[in-house]
Amino acid sequence: MPENMIDQIRENVIQGRVSSDDEGMEEGMAGQPGVTELVEQALESGVPIRDIVSKGLSGGMDIVGKKFEAGEYFIPDMLASAEAVGAAMDILQPRLAKSGIKTKGTVIVATVKDDLHDIGKNIVTILLRGAGYVVKDLGNNIDTQVIVDAVRDEKPEFLGLSALLTSTMARMEDVIRSLEENGLREQGKIIIGGAPVSDEFARSIGADGYGADGFQAVAVVEALTAEET
Amino acid sequence: MSKDIIAALKENVIQGRKTKDDVGIDDSLADKPGVVELTQQALDDKVAPQEIITEGLTAGMEVVGEKFSNKEYFIPDMLASAEAVGAAMDILKPALESAKVETKGKFAIATVKGDIHDIGKNIVAILLKGAGYEVHDLGIDVPEDTVVDFVKNEKPQYLGLSALLTTTMTEMGVVIKALDESKVRGNVKVLIGGAAVSDEFAREIGADAYCADAFAAVKVLDSYQQAKS
Amino acid sequence: MAREGIHVERPYERLNKDQVELIHQASMEILQDPGLISFNEEAVNIFHSHGAEVESLGGDHRSWHVKLPEQLMTSALKSVPKTVTLGARNPDNSLVMNGDQPKVYLITGSETNIWLDVEFPEYVHKSDSSKKIRVPEFKPRRGMVEDLCQSARVCEHLEMVDGFIRNVNIQDRDITPENKDVNKFFASLNNNTKHFMSGLTSLDQLDNVVRMAELIAGGKKQLADNPIISFITCLVKSPLQFVDDTTSTFIEICRRGLPVAVSSSPQAGTTAPIKEAGIMAQINAEVLAGIALGQLVKPGVPLLYGSVPVRARMDTLSDSYGAVETSQYNIDCVQMARFYGIPNYSTSGVCDSKIPGQQSSIERLFSDIVVAMSGPQYLHCAFGLLECNSVFSLLQAVLDDAHFKMIKHFLKQPRVDQTEIESVLKQIRSVVDTPQKLYISHIRPVLRSGEISGLYPFEGSGETDQVFELAFDRMEELLAKPVQHIDEETTARIFAEVPGILPRLNVYERGS
Repeated sequence: MPENMIDQIRENVIQGRVSSDDEGMEEGMAGQPGVTELVEQALESGVPIRDIVSKGLSGGMDIVGKKFEAGEYFIPDMLASAEAVGAAMDILQPRLAKSGIKTKGTVIVATVKDDLHDIGKNIVTILLRGAGYVVKDLGNNIDTQVIVDAVRDEKPEFLGLSALLTSTMARMEDVIRSLEENGLREQGKIIIGGAPVSDEFARSIGADGYGADGFQAVAVVEALTAEET
Repeated sequence: MSKDIIAALKENVIQGRKTKDDVGIDDSLADKPGVVELTQQALDDKVAPQEIITEGLTAGMEVVGEKFSNKEYFIPDMLASAEAVGAAMDILKPALESAKVETKGKFAIATVKGDIHDIGKNIVAILLKGAGYEVHDLGIDVPEDTVVDFVKNEKPQYLGLSALLTTTMTEMGVVIKALDESKVRGNVKVLIGGAAVSDEFAREIGADAYCADAFAAVKVLDSYQQAKS
Repeated sequence: MAREGIHVERPYERLNKDQVELIHQASMEILQDPGLISFNEEAVNIFHSHGAEVESLGGDHRSWHVKLPEQLMTSALKSVPKTVTLGARNPDNSLVMNGDQPKVYLITGSETNIWLDVEFPEYVHKSDSSKKIRVPEFKPRRGMVEDLCQSARVCEHLEMVDGFIRNVNIQDRDITPENKDVNKFFASLNNNTKHFMSGLTSLDQLDNVVRMAELIAGGKKQLADNPIISFITCLVKSPLQFVDDTTSTFIEICRRGLPVAVSSSPQAGTTAPIKEAGIMAQINAEVLAGIALGQLVKPGVPLLYGSVPVRARMDTLSDSYGAVETSQYNIDCVQMARFYGIPNYSTSGVCDSKIPGQQSSIERLFSDIVVAMSGPQYLHCAFGLLECNSVFSLLQAVLDDAHFKMIKHFLKQPRVDQTEIESVLKQIRSVVDTPQKLYISHIRPVLRSGEISGLYPFEGSGETDQVFELAFDRMEELLAKPVQHIDEETTARIFAEVPGILPRLNVYERGS
């Protein structure tokens, strides 16, 4: 019975179904329980959280990743699965500490002041949550001071900054300088992204990493996490 | 008075107006007599045929040639002028014969057996007539016997053969062979042309020259003229 | 005198009458439920005073939920002018557009960060040094104000360019957010006598650029009669959000009565539904809401229905202007604008390719032809733009001009009427009667009238492709051609009255 449930969770992650309303990839899935319902059921049935996370959610995401690399899955598929895993993690979050499972870490993301573009930031958020990170999204057009305060209060392992415009990319540097002035630069790693920025720009403003797209952002965060441990 | 007629003749050749009904390049000459009417008038006024040709027709064609090289004139302009000169030559023919003026020579042209394409052949005929040659157009789908008989009886100095198809180009070789067998090959220069043929093919079948287009045909014949003089 | 444009007598349309009506109704429903979110308070107040239901939303940023009843929309749209005239420094370059008439003007655009230099190095064959080829090498670099001047100059001489949208983002060290607007306006207006459209970087600069335009046009009234400048504002952020600062800018421009293109650029798949019916219902609602706001600010202000819809790429979720769906959405927008009788600002020619070449030619020609066929009045056709409008290449602009000449020719209506039929029957009878049976002599009367299309202007000789080399020669030729600058006296007044223009842009003071 528990094995069956974990199989179902994994299958629904692969199908990218958050809840019973979602269609998934194949016909006729709508109406059947999705990842969130299945996780609730599994918890009630006493399935160990560790198994839900590693065999169900991560197991499903591994297959999604392979399908994506093989060109069978597209970004929208990947995002749907990541969203399902993220929703499951929200349910599991309060119990993780009790079960002695360490989360991968907290990431704060924000689009900088005067920039309203948030497609990229939102995708990064979904993917990071799907990869098992706790993500706090501050939104777009965020004042430097608000970002600095959030870093002080939340003590995240990572800070992700986004800007789409050539005129706003300079704000990223403002944030880093301000963190330095407040003695918070060493709190966490800073990664940046957005159409006009580059690896070179990241180095020049003293960021720790640059992600050309959502996947790279996750890869960079994963690599920096591995360095830490 | 005769000067005026010759000048008008030259201008009308440049404008490519065969008769008074033709428009020409611009409408400055509308309803005024064209080359045909002016040639007749010049003869009536006892202007020497030689003078009509050199000062009027040929002088006009030279200007047309220059304008064509300068890209001011297009092929249709060149053809209209050549056609006008050709019509004038028809009118002048009896006068030239009685004055014993030597023409540039007799040119027979035919599209070979099995081929009914004649745009190229017709353009060559118009241009050569305009250049002062006596042109005999034998028509399309002409069997080799007809060509041989014409060469025997009418003694043209030049023969042009045309074929558009890869299936009919070999007929040109057949004609040349038939001329050989009838022992008249030496009496006539054979020029060939058409989309399918080439310089190499001309050599292969023993033709004297290959003409890529109608202008090349005029150049080849004119070069024989110079060799003669 | 207005420019000729391309008359499209029978425009290509994708939607039938019922489908147009359905989209219109869906847009009206969207504006009521879910309605808009406005981050701009003034717009909220304006809509509220005309009967919109307004509710303040919490959160870090002040925003409001605005529900626009159909009645408000219908009455606001009543005052939109059907005919919009965009003036020009040279009045012969004016553009007169009517929302009901599919006559196409071709305009450059849009602001790119990267300028693409091109060189033609020669390569020698490794084993046979007599074999040489020249291959174009493209080098991207940051765009500068001098590049914008060059681009404006070349576009002045490109025959098919009817109007100029600044196409280079000026990133000189001495350009700041405060002086950027006056410099991009002056650089463009001083090197081009066609209509000039631009976005505004800073609202503070609006009065300065308007003053500059008044001085050039000859006064306030002259500018009103001959609006040599217009603006583009993307006040909507899809889905259905009014952005704070751009909305303020839009309201201020409307108050001054100058023409504005109200545009929205949703991306199908991310910020709009991937389905055609969905993105159409949404973009139509977004643009109409902007237009309604403009009309409520100043009834009768000339506005263009601006549409820049695009489909998302499935591999990166960024824009794919080369996708065929992007052209489909654009053509639908042209049809919707015509339904309302509002002149349309449409988009074509934007490509995904990074350099001029086969991909860029195929992508841009595809959309250029089909979108032009749909008959938008003001077609932003991305002259010279590459990589989704982030790169500008003068070489590509020269190529585009040649290709648009072909498109214009293609779109000419055939002449078939009684007189023409009689004349051709006469021709056929007379030619068939001649020994040669050739119609060649009848070409002559039309040969020089422009009725016959020309050869491809960059045709190579033999077995080589010389398109780039020949286009490069043409580009150099155009760059060397002088343009008519703003006269010395007006220039002096502009520099005296409009602060912030770089002294090196004054052609009368150079070298002295």
